Amino acid sequence: MKFDLRNNKDFLAGLLFILIGGLAVVIARDYPMGSAMRMGPGYFPTILGSILCLFGVYVMVRGIVSGERVKGEWGWKPLALIALSIVLFGFLIDRLGMIPALVAMFFVSAFAGREFRFKEVLLLAVLMSAFAAGVFVYGLKLPYPLFGSF
Amino acid sequence: MDILNNLVFGFTVAFSLQNLAYCFIGVLLGTLIGVLPGIGPLVTIAMLFPITFNLPAVPALIMLAGIYYGAQYGGSTTSILVNLPGETASAVTCLDGYQMARQGRAGPALAIAAIASFFAGCVGTLLIALAGPPLAEWALLFGAAEYFSLMLMGLTAAAVLTHGDMVKGFAMVVLGLLIGIVGTDVNSGMARYSFGVPELTDGVGFTVVAVGLFAVAEIVVNLELKEAREVFTSKITGLMPTGKDLKDSSWPMVRGTAVGAFFGVLPGTGPALSSFATYLLEKKIARDPSRFGEGAIEGVAAPEAANNAAAQTAFIPMLTLGIPASATMALMLGAMTIQGIVPGPQVMISNPDLFWGLIASMWIGNLMLVILNLPLVGVWVRLLRVPYRWLFPSIIMFSSLGNFSVNNSPVDVYLCAVVGVLGYILVKLECEPAPLLLGYVLGPLMEEYVRRALLISRGDPTVFFTRPISLAFMIATLLILVVMIAPAVRKKREEAH
Repeated sequence: MKFDLRNNKDFLAGLLFILIGGLAVVIARDYPMGSAMRMGPGYFPTILGSILCLFGVYVMVRGIVSGERVKGEWGWKPLALIALSIVLFGFLIDRLGMIPALVAMFFVSAFAGREFRFKEVLLLAVLMSAFAAGVFVYGLKLPYPLFGSF
Repeated sequence: MDILNNLVFGFTVAFSLQNLAYCFIGVLLGTLIGVLPGIGPLVTIAMLFPITFNLPAVPALIMLAGIYYGAQYGGSTTSILVNLPGETASAVTCLDGYQMARQGRAGPALAIAAIASFFAGCVGTLLIALAGPPLAEWALLFGAAEYFSLMLMGLTAAAVLTHGDMVKGFAMVVLGLLIGIVGTDVNSGMARYSFGVPELTDGVGFTVVAVGLFAVAEIVVNLELKEAREVFTSKITGLMPTGKDLKDSSWPMVRGTAVGAFFGVLPGTGPALSSFATYLLEKKIARDPSRFGEGAIEGVAAPEAANNAAAQTAFIPMLTLGIPASATMALMLGAMTIQGIVPGPQVMISNPDLFWGLIASMWIGNLMLVILNLPLVGVWVRLLRVPYRWLFPSIIMFSSLGNFSVNNSPVDVYLCAVVGVLGYILVKLECEPAPLLLGYVLGPLMEEYVRRALLISRGDPTVFFTRPISLAFMIATLLILVVMIAPAVRKKREEAH
């Protein structure tokens, strides 16, 4: 099991830190560094990115040594559905209006749950959209059309 | 009696009809949502805080504070009734509170939790009023170097004391600092890490990070767990604790408050650690420790007092120094910034109505909680039965609408999905998200201070060690590190032998 790196908790965490830190450093090369006295916009991020890489290397090596696995399964399906429902909401709200965006969001996100009952989701979507319309559009007076584009 | 005058002033602010109403709404909403299973105070605040944007600063913060301790209170209700803590701070309450509920004593357990919280809340409020002004006055002496060192200390403590792995805690702080840097650099006007997206030149929005990390990621984690809850509902008959209950829990309440008040001020520890610490303390000094875990009322009173006291005193560093001691306080700080208030010691002078009004409203809010909660327990219990499959789409709805409403921009909504995915992966890899949020909030400030400090010292980094206050913070940082690393190293050595 020791060499199953794909599910090695610390190896993956370290890898993620190195990737993000490395990306930060690489991008920051386009920003002027300046000196310690007059730091340019690239100074602080370069240092932070490097530190993150160092932590990443440590965590990664530790993971290879300990070989601890990620607990439980990865919930890729619910994660993808939840993320999709949010993106869909953002995409639809200024094209079709708030209510259609919310209904779409409810249906897609409800698929992420363990059970999906069509009638229940429909009722929930209708009730909650009406509630949201009441609070955000009528209560807080946010200028979102309920139906139709901006 | 300056403090008395100030408190009176605070109460006149808090007792205005508008502020009283927002305090009530906050407390009610906080409890309502905090009671719902799987939603802790952090998510509650993150979700609800866009709706306070349109309010003036004072009622907005009063309402947010109300949501905060309301949600915390709601969390203890779920701990006692369903053995499901809304967050780590009330996890300890489960141990004995749930046992009491199983023995048919859910009523007294809830009542004692309410009384202990109220008592601790009163003391906490008083402590803020007492400690705030001198601390803020002292903080007025701080220059850029002092602030940098103080933040370094705060972030170190947050990384070290977070439950979970220390090195990952540090990495998360740094990651948070990096996310905080996204956007236009104030000194040069250069857009950093904006990837050509115009919306990103304003930085990653505060609600985007908070909601993504603490609502979206949390939901996916929760969806993996089985939905199995036992609710003790039929058995809540008498609410009132007996005289013996009150007597047994009075000292634990006082001790819990003291422990909580102390831990609340420390960065990164907050309510969670304080309730654990005080539970262990009670168990240690109890005449019969075996009762703990079997429904000992002290095991409810002390942690509940502690987490509420800590929740209150956590406001001290936030309000006086502008340094959040916990992720929740980071949210409050973000709310202040959005309201156009620059956090720091000058808040007390520039916005006295905010400072004293907020403090007074916390006391009023705690009183409201006691009055509100005990008769309404039946309602909360019914809420506990709401299935999660209705809850989580609704949480996403509020979060997304909230995010969208900040800038009326779908980009914020998309970003929230991205942060949510990242947050989920991090949680699965056992990296605590709370230090990240602290780093994110402090990132831009920290960069600003380090630049200014080094500009003044002409690039000489010893400035952080030659100015006495800054040196003291640096030594404290080092001490925190040594104290926390030493036992870990020793343990490793023992394991190696």
